[in-house]
Amino acid sequence: MTCTEFIALLDDIIDDSIAAETKAEVEKHMHKCGHCEVVFNTTRKTIEIYRSHQIYDLPNDLRDRLHAAIMARCKKGC
Amino acid sequence: MTTIQQIAGQDEQHPDVALVAQVRAGDVSAYDTLVRKYERQIFRIAQHITQNREDAEDVMQDAFLKAYQKLDQFQGNSKFYTWLVRIAVNESLMRLRKRRTGKMVSIDEDLETEEGTVPRDLADWAPDPEQNYTQSELGQILEKTIKGLPPGFKVVFELRDVQGLSTEDTAEALGLSIPAVKSRLLRARLQLRERLSRYFHKKPGSRHAGPRVARAES
Repeated sequence: MTCTEFIALLDDIIDDSIAAETKAEVEKHMHKCGHCEVVFNTTRKTIEIYRSHQIYDLPNDLRDRLHAAIMARCKKGC
Repeated sequence: MTTIQQIAGQDEQHPDVALVAQVRAGDVSAYDTLVRKYERQIFRIAQHITQNREDAEDVMQDAFLKAYQKLDQFQGNSKFYTWLVRIAVNESLMRLRKRRTGKMVSIDEDLETEEGTVPRDLADWAPDPEQNYTQSELGQILEKTIKGLPPGFKVVFELRDVQGLSTEDTAEALGLSIPAVKSRLLRARLQLRERLSRYFHKKPGSRHAGPRVARAES
């Protein structure tokens, strides 16, 4: 397996949706290629960080205000 | 964390189906439940696309009002949330076009470029690198990093990786093919990784490591 082939499979590797035999090849490649191992680990970490530190969170006061405005208009038939 | 995938799973008896039926029968309080369930997620999608807080507030309101008015047109063969996302994305793009004085903006934007498909920064990150920053610093880094991505990349990343939607639901919500979603997701992930690397490199004794660049083997 080349690095290019590894990158093409990266999403499937991260999402754990590859066949068992491909998985063995992927692991073999990562074992000998430090760069691809770094790309795999840091991409996985990127997702993890964005998932656990959600940006653009709606503050509760604004949420309540917008929610009330939406429901008031729906009750009036918009 | 609870993801949308968990909330809006593949169950046949999805709770949204009953809520939508109640709203159609005239029960406005059932719509209150749907709005509360999805308002945070819709706001985030709008903010990703418009990059403007006031626009995101307007889009969120307009999307829920439009969905309420058009509920009769909602086909039960798609999930309520994917249908709602589609409305919110269209509203966001319209808002962005107005701001850019009519310039065409779409989810397909910038797809011709091959940028970000080859990892260049191959230096390893510090263990738990986010812990070198305060919550507020980290929030700024994450916002700044994702801001420069094309709208289609940001929304695919948000729906798939942050909210946990399946590839199929993401494709349906955005009106994209499954290969198009996959291609955007890979590029979004790789570009975010590349951009975050400058903040998260392993560099003993320093909180803020500078960018280091290395070339991929091939």
